[in-house]
This record gives sequence, C-alpha cells and structure tokens, in this order.
Amino acid sequence: MDYVTLQILWLILVAVLWIGYLVLEGFDYGVAMLVPFLGKTEKEKRVMVNTIGPVWDGNEVWLLTAGGATFAAFPAWYATLFSGAYLPLFLVLVGLIIRGVSFEYRAKHPETKWRNTFDWMAAIGSFIVPLVFGVAFANFIIGLPVALATTAQNPYLMAPAAAALYVITPAPYFWQLFSPFALLGGIVLVVAFLFHGAVYLTLKTKAGELHDRVRKFASTIGLVAIVGGAAYLLWQNLVYPAQGALTKAALGVDLAPTLQLIGWIMTVVAALGLIAAWWFVGHGREGIAFISTSVAILAVAVITFSTMVPGMGFVNAAGDRTSAPLNILNGSSSPETLTLMTIVAVIFVPIVLAYSAWTYWVFRQRLGVENMPEEVALAS
Amino acid sequence: MSAETLARWQFGITTVYHFLFVPITIALSMLVAILQTLWYRSGEEKFLQLTKFYGKLFLINFAMGVVTGIVQEFQFGLNWSEYSRFVGDIFGAPLAMEALIAFFLESVFLGMWIFGWDRLPKKVHLTSIWLGASGTLISAIFILAANSWMQNPTGSDFNAENLRAQTDGLAGIVGVVLNPVNLATLPHVISGAWLTAGGVILGVAGWSLVKAVKAGSADVDTWRWATKFGAWVMIVAGVAVVITGDFQGKAVTSEQPIKMAAAEGLCKSEKAAGFSLVYFGGDCTKADTVGLITVPGVFSFLGKGDVNSEMQGLRDLTKTAYDTGYVRDEAGSTKLQKSQAGAVKEFFQKNYKADEALTELAPSIGVTFWSFRIMMLFGFIAIAIGAWALLATSKGKNPKGGSLWTAAMIAAPLLPLFANSFGWIFAEMGRQPFIVYGVLPTAAAVSPGVSALEVGLTMVLFTLIYGALAVVEVGLLLHFIKKGLPEVEEPKVLTDDDAPLSFAY
Repeated sequence: MDYVTLQILWLILVAVLWIGYLVLEGFDYGVAMLVPFLGKTEKEKRVMVNTIGPVWDGNEVWLLTAGGATFAAFPAWYATLFSGAYLPLFLVLVGLIIRGVSFEYRAKHPETKWRNTFDWMAAIGSFIVPLVFGVAFANFIIGLPVALATTAQNPYLMAPAAAALYVITPAPYFWQLFSPFALLGGIVLVVAFLFHGAVYLTLKTKAGELHDRVRKFASTIGLVAIVGGAAYLLWQNLVYPAQGALTKAALGVDLAPTLQLIGWIMTVVAALGLIAAWWFVGHGREGIAFISTSVAILAVAVITFSTMVPGMGFVNAAGDRTSAPLNILNGSSSPETLTLMTIVAVIFVPIVLAYSAWTYWVFRQRLGVENMPEEVALAS
Repeated sequence: MSAETLARWQFGITTVYHFLFVPITIALSMLVAILQTLWYRSGEEKFLQLTKFYGKLFLINFAMGVVTGIVQEFQFGLNWSEYSRFVGDIFGAPLAMEALIAFFLESVFLGMWIFGWDRLPKKVHLTSIWLGASGTLISAIFILAANSWMQNPTGSDFNAENLRAQTDGLAGIVGVVLNPVNLATLPHVISGAWLTAGGVILGVAGWSLVKAVKAGSADVDTWRWATKFGAWVMIVAGVAVVITGDFQGKAVTSEQPIKMAAAEGLCKSEKAAGFSLVYFGGDCTKADTVGLITVPGVFSFLGKGDVNSEMQGLRDLTKTAYDTGYVRDEAGSTKLQKSQAGAVKEFFQKNYKADEALTELAPSIGVTFWSFRIMMLFGFIAIAIGAWALLATSKGKNPKGGSLWTAAMIAAPLLPLFANSFGWIFAEMGRQPFIVYGVLPTAAAVSPGVSALEVGLTMVLFTLIYGALAVVEVGLLLHFIKKGLPEVEEPKVLTDDDAPLSFAY
C-alpha cells in the first residue's frame, strides 16, 4: 500500500479502536454509575456489578489499545494531544484508577460501609471519564489550536523539536476547553452511557423488581439522550461541519462535501438508533434495544472522526478550522512501521474479537438476586 | 523546582510504584496456573486450596498493577512529548502491540478465570489461567524490548525530513528485538519476577506453616508442601537471576560504559579495575577511584570476563563524550547514535562547560553505585532465605518459628521485590543524562508548555492516591493471609439458571 493509503487506514483503525471502547466500555460505565442509585438492596447491587464483572477489564483494553495505536501510528498526534490536554487526561487517569480497583476490592469485605465506598468510587470514576472524553471530543471538533514549540518553553529543546513539535496554545490550555458546545458534549456522553448501561442491564437481569426499575429508568434517560443528542449533533453539523482541509492538495479530491454528508447521515443514524432503543426497551425487546444504542454511539464516533480528517483535531494558533498544521500526513509514523502494524492488526484484531465474543457467550446468562451466593467472593 | 525536575520525579514515583506489582503479576500468575494444573492432574484438594488462596492474593495485586499501568502508557505523552514525537515510530509500536496482543489476552482470560469456575469445563477453565498468565509474559517481552531500545537504540536511523528517529527499514524491527541489551534484560527481569513470586509463596506458606504446626491444624501438610515449593522456585530463579545478571553486566559494560564506570566509582581508566564495597561521596576530578574497600580485578572480570582487561574511567569517557558526542566508542555505536553524535555534541557544548562534563555527562555515582549493590545484596539474601527454608523443612522436619524465621518469611517476598526496584533505579538513573542513550538528552525530551504547577500538582495527587491504595492493598493482603486456606468444594458447571453462582462479586 502507498503511504497515504496507510495513513488513512490508520486513522480509520484508530477510530475503530475508539468505537470498540465507547460501545463496550460505555455500558459498563453506565452500569457502574447506576449501582448506587438503582440497586436498592445489597444483592441487587451485586447483581448489577456481576453483569459487568467478567467483561469490564477486557472492555477497557480497547482504550489502552487506542492510546497505543495513536502513539505508534501518529506519534506527533499522541505527543501534542496528551501533553496539551494535561489536566483533563489526569482526571481520566484518576477516574480509571478509582473505578478499576473498586470492582475487585468491593467483593473482598462484607461490611456495608466498605462496599458502599467502593460502589461510589466506581460510580464517580465512571462518571468522570465519559464527562472528560465528551468535552475532549467536542474540542477535537472545534479544533485545538497548536503552534511549534519554542526554546522559551524549554531552553534545552533541540533543533528538530523546534521545527516539528507542536504544542497546544496558549499553554496551559484548560479553561478554554469548557465552551458551551464542549460542556454539552460532556453531558451528552454521560447521558448516552447511562442509557446504554441501563439498556444493557435490562438485557442482563432476570424479570423482577430490579429489572422493572432499570427499565423504567431507561425509558426516562432515553428521552434525555434523544433530546440532548439531537441538540449536540445539530449544533455540530451546523456550526462545526467537517472541513477536510488539505484533502484537495493531498489526494486531489476535496473531501469536505463527502465528510459533511457523512455527518448528516450519521446524525440521522444516531437519532434513529436512540429512538429505536427507547421504543424497544419500553416494549421488552432488550437485545434490539442494546444493538440500537450501540449503533447510535458508533454513529457519533464516526461523525467525530470525520471532522478530524486530516487534521486530527488540531487547527492553527488563530483557530482557523480550514487549517491543519499537524495532520495525518506530517504526523504519522514511517511506512515501514505502519505496514508492520497493519500486519499485526490484521492477524490479531479478529482473534481478539473472537475470544472476546466467546466471553460474552459464556456469561450470557441473565442474573437475578437468587443467583447471588450468601457469602461473597467465596472462591478466588 | 522546574517542570523537568518534577516530571523526572513523577516518572520515578509512578514507575517504581507500578513495578511493585509487575514482577508478582508476571510470575505469580504462572505459579497459580501451575498449582491449578497440579490439582487438575491429581485431584488433590490441597492444590485447589492453594490455587484459590494464592489466586486471591494474585488478583488483589493484579488490580493494582492494571490501574497503575494505565498511567504508564499515558505519561510518555503527558510529560515527555518531545520524547514521544521523536521515538514514536519505534517505541510506539511495541506499546500498541502489547495492548493488542498481551493486555486483551490477560484481561479477557483472567475475567474468564475469575468468574468461570462454575461456567467452564475444568480443562477450559485451566486453559484460561494459562492464557491470562501468558498475556503477562508477552506484555513483559514487548515493554522490555521498548525499554532496551532506550538503553541501546538499535535498528533505527534518523529521518531528516520528519526530524525524528525511525525504524531502519522493516529489518529494523529485527534489530530492535535482537538488541544485545534486550537479550540480556528479558531473562534477567523474568527470572527476577520468579524470584519475587517464589518469595511470596514461601513467605506466606512458611509463616502459616509455623502457625499451623503450633495449632495442630490439618493444614500442616499443605503449607509444608507450599513452603518447599516456594523455596525451590526461589533457588532455581535465583540461580537464573545471577547468571543472567552476569550477561547483563557485560552487555551494559559494552553498550553503556559510563553507567558501569559510575556504578563502580572508576574515575581513571585502568587495567585490573577493582570492585569497591562502599562509597561515601567524593568526586572524580582527581581521584583514581572513589569507592572504598576495593577488591582488584573484579570489575574487569565482571565487565569483560578477564581480571586484567582495561576498563575506561569516567574522566576519559565523559571527555570523549563532550568532545565528540559519542557516549561509547564510535565503532560500536548504533546507526542512530552515529547520526545524532553531532547534535549531541552541540547540545553538550551549548549547555555545559568543558569542566562540567564529568558531572553533567555521567549519572550520579552515589545512586548508581548503591542501587547496583543493594540490588545484588537483596537478591543474594533472598536466595539464602530460600535455601534456609529448604533445610528447615528437610527430612520431615518443620521449622520451629521464632522471630528470625518470621523476619525471614517477611523478607522473602520483600527483598527480591525491592531488588527489582533498585535494579530499575540503577538501569534508568544510570542512563542519565539521556532518555534515549547517546541520542536524546532527557532535558530536551520533556513536554514544553506543561508548567511546573501542573506536573507538581498531579505528582502530589498521584502520590496521595497511590498511598491510599497501598494501605487498602496491604490491608487486604494481610487480611487474607491471616485468614489462611479457604474451604473448597469440587467446582461443577451450573446447569440450573436459578442456582446461586459459586463465585460472584
């Protein structure tokens, strides 16, 4: 494959990894946020935690793989984004840490106070992460302004850095992240995951009080997700449409109209997905409802990444959305590395998908309070 | 303090902390898999009890390893953006492959193992722990290849168009894997992990054995078996650690002579260079060697296999580096080091005066000298503890206990664990002032635009969170160690959808 094809392929593959993460871990964030609110008894809470117990850690690896793939395929993107979004990413790390230990540790002690503490840690961690990512994605759509690093920032900087390392500007770029559009993005992602998680719970719990309560909640939060999602996506399409900067120069074809069309089509798909999910979950068709929320999340991710062609969410220091100073063409790895990574991905992504799917099959049983053993964590 | 200094501290704190969980995860997962295999083969209850007991300790440890590991993957970009940009073409690929090939394997199959006791047939369930454990090993293979590349950047070249390092054609990948530092580091780290996890098995079992003997409990036989098992693991792994350590010492002497010269306090190049036992300060401007109680010829022997061979001292090495940009002899330098020597020389001469080279171009003698020796000392004591435990349980005897025995059992996991830490402190501090040896100085690699306030604030918060988690983790480990062997039932695959699960959070 030629270099440009590889670069486009890897932007798509990074997007695929993000979609895997958002669709899969999205529901376990939702479930964890709901545990303290919808689990009325200890056994109900345990039912909820156990619906995601065997799978959440594997779901999180999609994020780590997306991060690793960004580093490997687009080192300049990884470098500029991670250092520029310093405090938001720190919050994500804190969220991932406190929720990550909670599932394992809540089961290690029967005391109510101990368990409630970890349930809340899991809920707060699972709230912080999508909130920050929602804000971050909205900022990629708006465009993060970048400029070349200077020796004023680091006197030890060497010549190559001063000519090739971009820094989000002005640094620290923190309060600028919280524009109304970005805040709406954060809230919408949290709401979407609450809906997605509630639908997943209806799919994974047996008929009973907990199931009914979750279904009722899903019907309510589903409406919020539809309204919030529609507002966010219309705002995005009308004010921040995909620009496809440089595509004419690089590919000989201006991709902007195509990307904008994708934006509208995916908006319709997302809206239909949310509405269908809301309707089906209300009518006890939980499997289709879950597929529908998954499709809606996928559609929003596609829109987000289509606005990042080819500038990866970066614009010049003046904030001009038609500029792409740092892009997949000048920010990617060498053709050799991209080729090697493509071979590895072609071999291992299907294997990972196969055994992940098998886990979901093994743990396909719906759970109810009667499935919870009296003594917790009897075995290891 | 500058953002750069704070970023160095943040990396040090989070990485040393992360690596407290890594060696235990790598080797204890395999040891639990071995215990479960013994149960699967023999059907003996004691092996199932030990599987579940050590499995629980492993999982408490694993959870911490996972969450602190996420920080590792992120912080290259957070604090070291120029590093990330400069090396991503080579360094990023093993990280991505580690996630795709190793992290999925360990996360998915350990989830399967934890929850699968009553869902999977015995053989499939056993396979899941082996696959999960393999994931931890594969992860080590990738990350050590990446780290070894930072120590000795093989298989790569400078791309003048993108102004960064990149793989030297597709064959460059082979160069990265066959890096002599990598070939020595991988077995050394893995055997160090086994020494540590053997120490976990022995420490807990040896302490519990004495308790069980005193109480006349039926668990004596099980703990006796585990004590001997842990001791054997420590001895075999310990021998491997020593042998691979010797390989690694020679590789480092060849690829990073400044690091070894600093660790030995050797200032003046000399034949039959000695190994000193202690160092209490003193610099190299005039002295021949700054260590005390020196055994002649030992450094030459450890470094080159011949007591009479000539070892280069810090004065010569740093002068050459300052004058030429080469941190080792030009002929032995890697392609990337050769291509960057001019830039490195310019960096040195711009930022330091010629008489500062001795201190600025070499790592701290105190840190390298002592971390190297503490690592070895702790490792040797750990092996001795393993041997003592074996003697104390030989010919049907049981250890009598007492405070020395208790101290040894506490030390059994902790000494090798801290030996791992000191080994890494030696490896990473010893490559200063470089982040990529002989190519990119650490000071040039830090994220421009990230303020000291941001790095300092997050460092304090990480430390507080890590501290709180450490209290919870140690508390849980002690709780379950004191609780002793669990009662076990023969696991059965559930067919009734309404039956209580045998395991649930």
